[in-house]
Amino acid sequence: MSTSDRGAPPARSPNPPRQSPPLLEIEELRVTFGRTAAVRGASFSLEKGETHCVVGESGCGKSVTALAVMGLLARGARREAARLEFAGQDLRALSERQLSALRGDRMAMIFQEPMTSLNPAYTVGSQMAEVFTRHRGGSRRAALDRAADLLARVGITAPGMRLGQFPHQLSGGLRQRVMIAMALMCDPELLIADEPTTALDVTVQAQILRLLAELQRDLGLGILLITHDLGIVARIADRVSVMYAGEVVESAPTAALFAAPSHPYTRGLLACVPVPGKVKREEALGSIPGMVPRIPPGFTGCAFRDRCDHAAPECAGAVPRQQAGAHEVLCRLPPGWAA
Amino acid sequence: MLRFALRRLAVALLVALTVMTLSFLLTRLSGDLAISIAGAGATPEDVAIIRRAYGLDRPLVAQFLDWAGRAAVGDFGDSYFFKARVSTLIAERMPVTLTLGLTGLAIALAVSIPLGILAAVREASWVDRLVQLVAMVGQAMPSFWLGLILMITFGLRLGWLPISGTGSWEHYVMPGVVLAFSAIPALTRLTRSGMIQALGSDYIRTARAKGLSRLSILGKHALRNAAIPVVSIAAVQLGFMLGGSIVIETVFALHGVGFLAWESISKNDFPVVQAVVLVLALIYIALTMAADLLNGLLDPRLRAA
Ligand SMILES: Nc1ncnc2c1ncn2[C@@H]1O[C@H](COP(=O)(O)OP(=O)(O)OP(=O)(O)O)[C@@H](O)[C@H]1O
Ligand SMILES: [Mg+2]
Repeated sequence: MSTSDRGAPPARSPNPPRQSPPLLEIEELRVTFGRTAAVRGASFSLEKGETHCVVGESGCGKSVTALAVMGLLARGARREAARLEFAGQDLRALSERQLSALRGDRMAMIFQEPMTSLNPAYTVGSQMAEVFTRHRGGSRRAALDRAADLLARVGITAPGMRLGQFPHQLSGGLRQRVMIAMALMCDPELLIADEPTTALDVTVQAQILRLLAELQRDLGLGILLITHDLGIVARIADRVSVMYAGEVVESAPTAALFAAPSHPYTRGLLACVPVPGKVKREEALGSIPGMVPRIPPGFTGCAFRDRCDHAAPECAGAVPRQQAGAHEVLCRLPPGWAA
Repeated sequence: MLRFALRRLAVALLVALTVMTLSFLLTRLSGDLAISIAGAGATPEDVAIIRRAYGLDRPLVAQFLDWAGRAAVGDFGDSYFFKARVSTLIAERMPVTLTLGLTGLAIALAVSIPLGILAAVREASWVDRLVQLVAMVGQAMPSFWLGLILMITFGLRLGWLPISGTGSWEHYVMPGVVLAFSAIPALTRLTRSGMIQALGSDYIRTARAKGLSRLSILGKHALRNAAIPVVSIAAVQLGFMLGGSIVIETVFALHGVGFLAWESISKNDFPVVQAVVLVLALIYIALTMAADLLNGLLDPRLRAA
């Protein structure tokens, strides 16, 4: 058990000897939009072939974290980090041109907004093919064949016909599957998926999760999955990070998190889940009274303290990050307090 | 797309028919034509002769059908003043006006689309503010004044360009620039706002997430969606340029349709006025239809409408 003040950067040897760096390593990521701190020092890492789920209530900074990794934040956002690396490469040091060589090819993202994320002016086939020809070259014909193949694999019937259709001719569920297939066009190493299956019915969702698991096994795909669905988390996550008000308040291997949730916020989230694995689909997260507060820059202390049953005066001060093996918690409460 | 095109064509034909009726009625309702033609000091007998000679004594419906039937095949009768076929007059003048209008539009698009894109990409920077300032100044500048300034500078002082007439392409440069100036502010602003909207959209974020080149993001994904209002307004602007270039045709002594219209209005040459109004209206309708079709090609959602 080590306890460190999270204000100070974590101690590191100057030249960490590494054989194979993690696929994605984020340390102390901060994103601010003017007077709003959307992400406040989030850290996590993802190994090749691993599925890392990020959960948390609406507005706690999950999407902003994902966009910050991809370098796709809206204008006016400020991003800072102690470390932001993809396969050992510092993403902050890359030019827009170098970054665009990675995006779509080695790292891909599925957005939370399936209805508006496809260009209304181009066919599904044209939009899927262009990402392949951009990174892999080859003929448009070959790219379209690959697109049809992937559409079939995400459970779309008559993929050849769909390739010629425009986004407005497709339902929300179909658009979401097109986005998923499009992200997989170049066999990425990292897939960031922001609520990728919300518009899909259970069978299709299961088919997509199976497809992702297959790609993970065959190609070592690493997946950063943002979801509200604890059923999915229980089924596919290797590791779970719980975000609250821009911070990762708890992070642990899935089984450990479900077995011994240690942050009061995590316990609140899981309270609506009687038995892991027997979760109702799209179970509402956050049956906790109150709302995620807007955090101004320079805020100190635990952001959850106003809603926490265990709040104490010291919660307004610096919060210790406690670590027991792979289980990390950002809370002053002693480990095992809930047992 | 074919059904969409046919539907647009049907609408255009209906509008054209309405315009024909209106342009016929306007000249008939604005007083007794025979009296105007005969002029001041004509005796009632003269007026009666003229009325019979021009068929103005027949029922209005018969006159209209007669006129419309001939107008439909391009026969607008004879000019009262020029002693020539109206169709010949228009055919002679139209190339000047078309060349001028298309030159003006080409210059306007060549300036305003890059400027609009630049301003949008650099939104809220000094570049953006400068572009908007230029657009505002352009809008405030009267075209005859700009025309005279250009003539004095490039025509008289520097002697680079001819100041009047239609002999060569050089004759169209200055009037084209002046005409373009009237369209540049609106087109620049529309391009800018369309691009800003497109660049902030989710599908542009997707295009960036796909690692597409900047050229593809701006030119293929953003511009295509931003272009739709620009196409519509460009068609309207070209319509204005063709019909409303009287001032410029006069300043630069270009004998186009605008100049012809001005001459015939001042001479009570009704067949010519009527024909010019009709031809310009038809061109306007055709331009609007062309813009609709082009937008249908640009945005598949419009085809369903
Ligand atoms: N472009 C933006 N400008 C200003 N604030 C923003 C912007 N994008 C996000 N935010 C703010 O950042 C915070 C985190 O938003 P984010 O979208 O990451 O939430 P989320 O965890 O993904 O929520 P959800 O589950 O609803 O998707 C919110 O308070 C939001 O208002
Ligand atoms: Mg989100």
